[in-house]
Amino acid sequence: MNLYGVKAIYLFELSRLRRTLLQSIASPVISTSLYFVVFGAAIGSRMTEIDGVSYGAFIIPGLIMLMLLNESISNASFGIYMPRFTGTIYEVLSAPVSPAEIVIGYVGAAATKSVILGLLILLTARLFVVYDIAHPVWMLAFLTLTAVTFSLFGFIIGVWADGFEKLQIIPMMIVTPLAFLGGSFYSINMLPPVWQTVTLFNPVVYLISGFRWSFYGVADVHIGISLAMTLVFLAVCLAIVWWIFRTGYKLKD
Amino acid sequence: MDPIITVSNLNKTYASGFQALKSIDLTIQRGEIFALLGPNGAGKTTLISIICGIVNATQGQVTVDGYDIIRDYRAARKTIGLVPQELTNNMFDTIWATMKLSRGLFGKPQDDAHLEKVLRELSLWDKRNEKIMTLSGGMKRRVLIAKALSHEPDVLFLDEPTAGVDVELRRDMWEMVRKLRASGVTIILTTHYIEEAEEMADRIGVISRGEIILVDDKAALMRKLGTKQLSVHLQHQLEAVPPSLAYLPLALSDDGFALIYTYDALKEQNGIADLLRILVQENIEFKDLHSSQSSLEDIFVDLVNTSARPSTAVTGTAAAVESTL
Repeated sequence: MNLYGVKAIYLFELSRLRRTLLQSIASPVISTSLYFVVFGAAIGSRMTEIDGVSYGAFIIPGLIMLMLLNESISNASFGIYMPRFTGTIYEVLSAPVSPAEIVIGYVGAAATKSVILGLLILLTARLFVVYDIAHPVWMLAFLTLTAVTFSLFGFIIGVWADGFEKLQIIPMMIVTPLAFLGGSFYSINMLPPVWQTVTLFNPVVYLISGFRWSFYGVADVHIGISLAMTLVFLAVCLAIVWWIFRTGYKLKD
Repeated sequence: MDPIITVSNLNKTYASGFQALKSIDLTIQRGEIFALLGPNGAGKTTLISIICGIVNATQGQVTVDGYDIIRDYRAARKTIGLVPQELTNNMFDTIWATMKLSRGLFGKPQDDAHLEKVLRELSLWDKRNEKIMTLSGGMKRRVLIAKALSHEPDVLFLDEPTAGVDVELRRDMWEMVRKLRASGVTIILTTHYIEEAEEMADRIGVISRGEIILVDDKAALMRKLGTKQLSVHLQHQLEAVPPSLAYLPLALSDDGFALIYTYDALKEQNGIADLLRILVQENIEFKDLHSSQSSLEDIFVDLVNTSARPSTAVTGTAAAVESTL
């Protein structure tokens, strides 16, 4: 195992976070604050409690997930797309690092950023709402697992994309709608029965439900199923990444 | 002989169907400077990219320092430094950050003293904390060289290192390459500048249309293939080549004060003796003689043109068939 190689990629990628500190951290924190002002304070005060949780507190896990998915994908996809775009990928491809080490470096850095961001949003939320975390270890586990899974997904998009538009299109057209419709702002039990069934095909439902369970001990779906679905998605992403390196897809001629 | 790179029966056909390399066999000796010479699109970069692991070969085998580039890719790649042709840099990062990345990628522990030494040698030390995007083109190329040297490679590939580089930097680079060779590094450089190969290389390989058409010592190559020219500087101006000399490949200079005789340096009978005897007989007085060998460029153009002409191959085969009958 080339640990120096993994460390080099990881630190180099994280240095981008330091360089772009303002947009990496400030913009998600600001937009989350806006959500809290609008949904938490303004609208939330007129909403009834959901499963015994105030509306302001109820949306925290959903909001963090929404940001986590988008940030993981954009960080990881950008991280691998840029070297492809500028051509500096030659160095990584010619270095004595295995595909697994390349992925650990890039995806690890992207996931680290997302987890830091998720925790920052959690702190920001404290300024607006009072909340408890029933299962802090599970909360961290879900946060990390989701960050890793979606950073892998972002890595795949970054390898697949052959233009900046394509980098944007999947997060915008697929992930954001799925996150909004996955129960970020409501419990899926509030939907008519037919839509509840349809919603169960949305993978993000399981992420948000599991994450919310770690906060308040209540969930739309059983925690075991949430965890299993997250792991399935992780396995699918890993399989695709394995295939990418096996075939050299868009990385090697 | 101690080979450091062996390439056997290497083929590459791209997905588009373009065959970039055709059964390449090549051995690079440890410690030499090998110049791979060829026109644009000949397959130079593809060959290097396969050896370095950036492009997959369709068929064939490559070993570097005894390690197979696929099976033992870690050991093989650790020994290689690559300076690519394009100026591909992490534009938004500092020289120092990219140097650290390069060294780490190749599995070497942090060694700031070594990085400093490399940067100082390439006159980049003062710029180490500047973003690469702010540097000039020549400096960006030096950064690529510095990155390749950051992990102390035994083999250095320089893919068209002096393309678009000014004369001074080119001289500096040649100097640096010589120093590296003196320290035991094997250097493979691709170029389409003949003067570069002529100046630097111990051996030269010529590649054209995906085939290695010749590999030889530079001196031997020039000796073997060179035609020579003899200029006879005359005491008195001539209007035309005298009829008694018309049977020789002679030309008269524009001012009429020199006769230029082209001959094959390898032939036993090169005709010089006849030429001089006839000049004396004709009472044509001469004051100086000057002979010159054709440059590598002439040899190269000749070779590439020959390989590009399919008819020569056909004629060759026909001749071979004829001789066996």
